[in-house]
Amino acid sequence: MSEALYPITVEVNGVQRTAQVPARLSLVDWLRDELRLTGTHVGCEHGVCGACSILLDGEAVRACLMYAVQADAHRVTTVEGLAAPDGGLSVLQDSFCEAHGLQCGYCTSGMLVAAQALLDANPRPSDDEIRAAIGGNLCRCTGYQQIVEAIRLAAERLQEKRA
Amino acid sequence: MSASLIGARVQRKEDYRFLTGAGQYTDDVILPHQSYAAFVRSPHAHATIKSIKTDKAKKAPGVLGVYTGEDAAAAKLGGLPCGWLITDVNGQPMKEPPHPVLAQGKVRYVGDQVAVVVAETAEQARDAAELVEVNYDVLPAVVDAAKATQKGAPALHEIAPDNTCYVWALGDKAAVDAAFAKAAHVTKLEFVNNRLIPNAIEPRAANGSYNRAEDGYTLYVANQNPHVERLLMTAFVMGLPEHKVRVVAPDVGGGFGSKIFLYPEDVVVTWASRQLGRPVKWTAERSESFLTDAHGRDHHTIAEMAMDKDGKFVGMRVHTTANLGAYLSTFASAVPTILYATLLSGQYTTPLIYCEVKAVFTNTAPVDALRGAGRPEATYVVERLVETAAREMKLDPTEIRRRNFVRQFPYQTAVALQYDTGNYEATLDAALKMADVAGFAKRKEEAAKRGKLRGLGYAAYIEACGIAPSAVAGSLGARAGLFEAGEIRVHPTGSVTVFTGSHSHGQGHETTFAQVVADRLGLSVENVDIVHGDTSKVLFGMGTYGSRSIAVGGTAIMKALDKIIDKGKKIAAHLMEASEGDVEYDKGIFKVSGTDKQKAFGEIAFAAYVPHNYPHDKLEPGLNENAFYDPSNFTFPAGSYVCEVEIDPDTGQTKIVNFTAVDDFGKIINPMIVEGQVHGGLTHGIGQALTEGCRYDPDSGQLVTGSFTDYCIPRADDVPSYQLDTRETPCTHNPLGVKGCGEAGAIGAPAAVMNAITDALWSMGVKDVPMPATAQTVWKAIQNASKKAA
Repeated sequence: MSEALYPITVEVNGVQRTAQVPARLSLVDWLRDELRLTGTHVGCEHGVCGACSILLDGEAVRACLMYAVQADAHRVTTVEGLAAPDGGLSVLQDSFCEAHGLQCGYCTSGMLVAAQALLDANPRPSDDEIRAAIGGNLCRCTGYQQIVEAIRLAAERLQEKRA
Repeated sequence: MSASLIGARVQRKEDYRFLTGAGQYTDDVILPHQSYAAFVRSPHAHATIKSIKTDKAKKAPGVLGVYTGEDAAAAKLGGLPCGWLITDVNGQPMKEPPHPVLAQGKVRYVGDQVAVVVAETAEQARDAAELVEVNYDVLPAVVDAAKATQKGAPALHEIAPDNTCYVWALGDKAAVDAAFAKAAHVTKLEFVNNRLIPNAIEPRAANGSYNRAEDGYTLYVANQNPHVERLLMTAFVMGLPEHKVRVVAPDVGGGFGSKIFLYPEDVVVTWASRQLGRPVKWTAERSESFLTDAHGRDHHTIAEMAMDKDGKFVGMRVHTTANLGAYLSTFASAVPTILYATLLSGQYTTPLIYCEVKAVFTNTAPVDALRGAGRPEATYVVERLVETAAREMKLDPTEIRRRNFVRQFPYQTAVALQYDTGNYEATLDAALKMADVAGFAKRKEEAAKRGKLRGLGYAAYIEACGIAPSAVAGSLGARAGLFEAGEIRVHPTGSVTVFTGSHSHGQGHETTFAQVVADRLGLSVENVDIVHGDTSKVLFGMGTYGSRSIAVGGTAIMKALDKIIDKGKKIAAHLMEASEGDVEYDKGIFKVSGTDKQKAFGEIAFAAYVPHNYPHDKLEPGLNENAFYDPSNFTFPAGSYVCEVEIDPDTGQTKIVNFTAVDDFGKIINPMIVEGQVHGGLTHGIGQALTEGCRYDPDSGQLVTGSFTDYCIPRADDVPSYQLDTRETPCTHNPLGVKGCGEAGAIGAPAAVMNAITDALWSMGVKDVPMPATAQTVWKAIQNASKKAA
């Protein structure tokens, strides 16, 4: 009783990836198990914790709530795709380090993705807007305050860069 | 290297891997020939197993093996041990029912593991698990601890027909009763310290493998103390020699206590890997985390404080019923006793305290240590009583505290602990100022104009950390030592690798510990690497819990550094042709006193590994030292929290408008990391106070709050930005002067929040509100009070 497979082509972190996947394979399992992009984490499998957030065509979505087949012909960015090609941290990543916006690191990938999507859409968010934007991402370690500071710091730095 | 690294906001060395997705958590580890396990779990809270049919599952695609309790018994897998023996009021040992790794004839809570299926893929294992047919005879269940000890309640274990594990007491009951008889005023409260589900964002995971060539096992596991895990698993459950088992706790995504314990799944995957000759991996689904991670708290308490006419505490009496769940988890028995009753003196000179604890089995998940472990429960008792007493006696809540503060140290409490140092007035004064308590009346008035109720609440907490002096712990029933180990390996070029038995699962040890070592050796932080979490690399370790890492693990490292420097002095004396007594050491420089002769640390390291000019007659080459440290006392972090809330009486919604925390953690190595620890702890505590409440259905024993949509851990928009400050009285008995900071917030916050809520509602006649104070709960309290008033 082998499962039917479906062909998909997905741009993942700038690279075209093709695969044959069963219909029930979730996008996050495909990224983690097949592509070995284990930076995207699974926290709840029911779309509530946000740990598995990725960017789909630039928008933050939960990879546990999508099937891999649904990503066909789309563009996916995972946490592994946020740094510069030489491994240098992005302004956002570096701001998380400077403001201590992470502890155990497990929710961090999803937080970065949510923050990236926020800053792309709203370069000058207020603290309330930041808290709302990461309101779908659970963190048990930080109490969120230093995450908010990190995102605010990144916004300021990106402003300076643009100026 | 002149600036001190102690107290510096050094950015974390571990961040790069987490920020780029390069962290390696247990579920990220895929071994060659990996197979996957799924557990068949009980859908009933209490049932006997009449039969288990596995033939369909065994024939399902990809299935490699299916095992039940019978297989575990045949393999002589022992039950999971409890690490702390409590002796009851009659001098009898606590009841220790068997805790099988796979159910033996009976299941005792929803989620109890009945069988395991191992398959080529996780999906195949889950599919096949659904084909295991278990025929149950469902029994009546009991989930409430008070009901479990009533006559006629269903008995979980043969060994404990009344479901009582122990009745334990601390203190002189007769003397306390006499103090109450003479008291000018007695304040009495009855409340539940709500049951919590830990919910680290990384679910538990375990990946066991057996290597036939080495005749040894490796277990990757999301765990806070790999050596303890190994000791318990090998010596008590599997009957294996420890040296044949390597336990690796790689990056771990939060623990909060829930990953201290040896869980059945850890044993089963390790054992199954040998049966199948394949690595076996299991990763919990979130629903399994809710059902089977050891829960926390769940106390029902009647607490009384007796005072003289001036509000001076003369006696305290506490009766607690603690829910242990269905089985004794690893340190379950110590939490509502040794880690609870001993903290009931709080920051006060209460001369007589009596505490009686009845610990009870119920058809719920095992209950064990969760961030704070006993100390949040104790602080809640003390600080709710103190604040209520002040209101009843019409004293300012800060004034009643000042009248009772411990001011002379060391201070011997009535409940066995000796506080070494502290300055409770200093943190309180700072907190009052920072929270602008003076301006509160005005803010309350302004809120009232908008139809809102404002309240101000305090908590002055103390905790016992740096667990623990082994001899003391042993005399209280601990079945393990509670020291820590550290090793310093200096490399020929002068860089250093440090091995610690502490484990970091978010706390930032790779940075904090590197700061300590780099500061002492005059190195940059980049030249010091910290290794933890692997029994094959680290010599030994008791792990991380109870805010012990820097106080105990850090001190072990300091002691190893002492040895490195002692040997370095001998080498330096030889190289500089001086007598050893004339060599002074400071931050990486060995100097001959009174001369300009000196050698840098790197030169000494090089000489130790390239010993051409070396005192071979007196010294071995190389520079590598280890040390074990057993603390002489606990450490006593303490602080003052002020919470200001605004309640909407129409909806019952509580908003924290300001939260101020002033802590005394002794010396602080990295303030940035400490602030993060406090923020996280406070949020955990606010979660307990406002949003988190585990519920089981009282009849069926089903977990009602079994997902993130029913059990609400705080989100970013549920909590405020906190105002923090610190005061410093260095710990007197460790060389760094450190006390620990990881649990403080979770210990102090619930009482501060609930004191603020009851302050807001006091004038309406509301004396107590149960946790979690959800909008519905607060609204009901307001409605009931209005009805009474009408």
